[in-house]
Amino acid sequence: MANAEAKQSLSFQDMILTLHAYWAARGCAILQPYDMRVGAGTFHPATTLRSLGPEPWNVAYVQPSRRPTDGRYGENPNRLQHYYQYQVILKPSPADLQEQYLGSLKAIGIDPMLHDIRFVEDDWESPTLGAWGLGWEVWCDGMEVTQFTYFQQMGGFDCKPVAGELTYGLERLAMYIQNVDNVYDLRFSDPVGDVAGLSYGDVYLENERQFSKWNFEVADTDTLFAGFKAAEAECQRAIEAGVPLAAYDQAIEASHLFNLLQARGVISVQERANYMARVRDMAKGSCKAWIDSQSEIWTAKYPGWTL
Amino acid sequence: MSGADFLLELRSEEIPARMQAAARAELEKLFRAQMAAAGLTVGELSVWSTPRRLALIAKDLPLATAAVSEELKGPRSSAPPQALEGFLRKTGLTQDQLEDRDGVYFAVINKPGRDTKAVLAEAIPGIIRAFAWPKSMRWGKASTSSESLRWVRPLSGIVALLGDESVECEIGGVASGQITRGHRFHSEGDIHISNAAEYAAKLREAYVIVDHVERQNIVRDGAAKVAADAGLTLVEDEGLVIENAGLTEWPVPLLGRFDDEFLAVPPEVIQLTARVNQKYFVVNDAAGKLANGFVCTNNIAATDGGKEIVAGNQKVLAARLSDARFFWEVDQKKPLAVHAEKLGNITFHEKLGSVADKVARVAKLAEYIAANGFVPNCDPEAAKQAALLSKADLVTEMVGEFPELQGVMGGYYARAEGQADAVANAVRDHYKPIGQADDVPTAPVTIAVSLADKLDTLCAFFLINEKPTGSKDPFALRRAGIAIVQLITINGLRMPISRVALEACFGVLGTIYRNEFEEKVEDVLGIAKHMDHPDNVLNLLNLAFPKNSPSANSGAAPVVIQRDRENAVKLVEIYSFLMDRLKVQQREAGVKHDLLDAVFSLVSTDDIVVLLARVKALQAFMATDDGANLLAGYKRAANILKQAGEVADAPSASAPTPADAALNAALEAAEPAAHAAVEGERFTDAMAALASLRAPIDAFFDGVMVNDPDVAVRAYRLGLLDRFKRAVHGVADFSKIEG
Repeated sequence: MANAEAKQSLSFQDMILTLHAYWAARGCAILQPYDMRVGAGTFHPATTLRSLGPEPWNVAYVQPSRRPTDGRYGENPNRLQHYYQYQVILKPSPADLQEQYLGSLKAIGIDPMLHDIRFVEDDWESPTLGAWGLGWEVWCDGMEVTQFTYFQQMGGFDCKPVAGELTYGLERLAMYIQNVDNVYDLRFSDPVGDVAGLSYGDVYLENERQFSKWNFEVADTDTLFAGFKAAEAECQRAIEAGVPLAAYDQAIEASHLFNLLQARGVISVQERANYMARVRDMAKGSCKAWIDSQSEIWTAKYPGWTL
Repeated sequence: MSGADFLLELRSEEIPARMQAAARAELEKLFRAQMAAAGLTVGELSVWSTPRRLALIAKDLPLATAAVSEELKGPRSSAPPQALEGFLRKTGLTQDQLEDRDGVYFAVINKPGRDTKAVLAEAIPGIIRAFAWPKSMRWGKASTSSESLRWVRPLSGIVALLGDESVECEIGGVASGQITRGHRFHSEGDIHISNAAEYAAKLREAYVIVDHVERQNIVRDGAAKVAADAGLTLVEDEGLVIENAGLTEWPVPLLGRFDDEFLAVPPEVIQLTARVNQKYFVVNDAAGKLANGFVCTNNIAATDGGKEIVAGNQKVLAARLSDARFFWEVDQKKPLAVHAEKLGNITFHEKLGSVADKVARVAKLAEYIAANGFVPNCDPEAAKQAALLSKADLVTEMVGEFPELQGVMGGYYARAEGQADAVANAVRDHYKPIGQADDVPTAPVTIAVSLADKLDTLCAFFLINEKPTGSKDPFALRRAGIAIVQLITINGLRMPISRVALEACFGVLGTIYRNEFEEKVEDVLGIAKHMDHPDNVLNLLNLAFPKNSPSANSGAAPVVIQRDRENAVKLVEIYSFLMDRLKVQQREAGVKHDLLDAVFSLVSTDDIVVLLARVKALQAFMATDDGANLLAGYKRAANILKQAGEVADAPSASAPTPADAALNAALEAAEPAAHAAVEGERFTDAMAALASLRAPIDAFFDGVMVNDPDVAVRAYRLGLLDRFKRAVHGVADFSKIEG
């Protein structure tokens, strides 16, 4: 029954490898995940900072993403506090971006004549990055599987040219392709010879249990608050020292600490907006410093380009 | 050949469903404007939309604009040569091209018609550039410049044909042509369009139904059919019909199911989850109860008949419903009163405290309204309890996810934790009525809480000077005002509205002064004393409603501080605002404004029910002959009195004629009868008492001359008329009535 079908579908890791091959064949550099705790693939500097400026930029990468408040102690079949996004950035956005994207779905085994694939309005906005864009959430049989965005602004600056961003929800897609109802039942890898394959649960179930507990119950809030402050100060120092990439790391750090504080339930409704504004200021400041550090090169290489 | 059909198709990546109707209107408007500017008459026009295209077909467009002949009068032929030269420069003609008509030069300039194709080639880029989208974007290589073309999503193609010919134009790197594309998955490659006539049919072959109305019909009828085929009834939702038609080029409704056990979650939650998150219709069973089914609208005729699609959608909805069930269960782990503690963290308004502050005020006011019997049969304790719980659901998980369910969820949770039905119903319905079409609560506890909630909001924002101005009403105070009026009129609530509003103001001032307490310590003692002093309450009332106030206390009048005055002025504003809403409501219900004025201007009570009873009786009376004639008599009497001015002479002691005597006798009887009827709120009887004056006043005017040469007789008669006028005024100010 399900087994026969399951054999034909890609394992979690093969799905990633297939996407790598697909986008590499379309000119993308395959980058590695950023080595910091982030809430989404968009936080990777390869997206945030590189979507600014005139230089073409075509990359794809997997980004582990942490959303502490989504933790369910491993008990919810659909929700995780740590999961994976597959991120593609194409700058400038190619004219056939939708077709390229649909091609990638076919590549991982979704037949558009058997499944209902739709582009449903979704204007993307990241208040903590000072960024927005227009696009869609892509639905497959009613399930959102990808966020598809044409970046208009990043860090408060116009994207010139506009980058197209594709963010695939890897677990959701894999559950779809493998036809499983519980994320922990996903085949992470397939058996090879007498080496057994691993399930997603084999790899991550215990992580979800422990991190949910830490996020919601254990993490020391004084340390988190202090960390936030320290990151904010360090971000400012790095901006002043003319090292925006380092400054941006601190913005990422502060953003994640803020998310943890939220999971700990110690940020009131009134304070929330204030903390978000502080993260946004760090992100915007880093973007501004990045632009300042690169403008000379950009205008020299791309005459006529203006901020 | 006189005309040809014009086809314009603007193809783009998926246009949001909600924007398509406005986009069609915009396309039509801009096209008509361009054609009008060129002098081209537009006949039959069709505008269609799909997610991936806007299309316009103008039937029988003239092939050229009309030739225009213009005649310009020049100088006399005898004028100096400079004048002629100037005229030739202006017209661009030579002297031999001018006509000499009786010694005056005329220039006849013939402007030939322009090719419509050329006009269109300019108009199309103009339309695209001027197109107003709610949100638009840049894209692609061109977006390196900020000046690049903006569209709702990337513009990918233009088809422009006049008759069989292509209208050539280009904008933002997109050149017009005859090539379009069909359905994203059902069709491959280019589709060549030869003319407007074949456009819709060719697209249909390519699985695109370009006419949105046809797609809406397919969604509506198809969804109803798949439900009916399973013995279920579709819960109609025209908004969903339009949205799904805007999301599909080839709509295919399919029925799916979910696990029965989710039906334990309130049906409102299931319907919202299905509709808002998934754009599904829900269905009812034969008994009219929500069933475990849904209808999703797909964009393809799947090769397996939709089996996999339905399975996928079922899985998604099940995940959504299990989230909803999780919220439903988690929320109920704490009683509402515990949830309500979190309301202290939510600011209602920076000057008006937290939502918890508001809840405390509303509870006190609801209790006051009930305790004073303003809402009959309302238990004050229940009113207070319901008000205290009324906003607790705002901090539950479920309402956080679905804000539309505020009130509804509170009602469910209140019932589940064992609150009395009256309390649970009040928590559920206290936001009502929202807008004039909404049901007005009639359950006593609900009325008290709803009234208290809205009065608090209204008074609070007036007290901090945030009243509505012109079209701006950010806190929806007009709606709150109308809701208050509706609650009172529909339920016949007898209450002095100004007194209740005053009570609301005291509550709000308590919050405002407490907020100030933190800033201005020195003020506090005085204010606190002031707030507690009953004389000051009366004083506020005195200022606000001098006609109405309880008799002044003996002893020294309390000192009126400036703040009292300002607050009193605001209370008067609140009162007038409510009365204005009442007038608006009554006018909309068909009551003539002059009748409203005739009662409102005269009467000092602020008991809305009594006011309206009097208006109603007056309206009925004015529809009778007696009423109309009495009004004529009144106007005549008022005119005579006005012309007579002051009447100083001593009147005759007795009636000079039987007609005088008859009117006098009628007044003797009618005055006390009308007075007693008004006092007893029997307004129909009061009108009847007035009606008894009609025959005597008519006979009086027929039989006697008011301005009798005998000054004593004249004075007697003027006195009679004055009495007549006052008797009528005892019931309504007839001078305000238009006759």
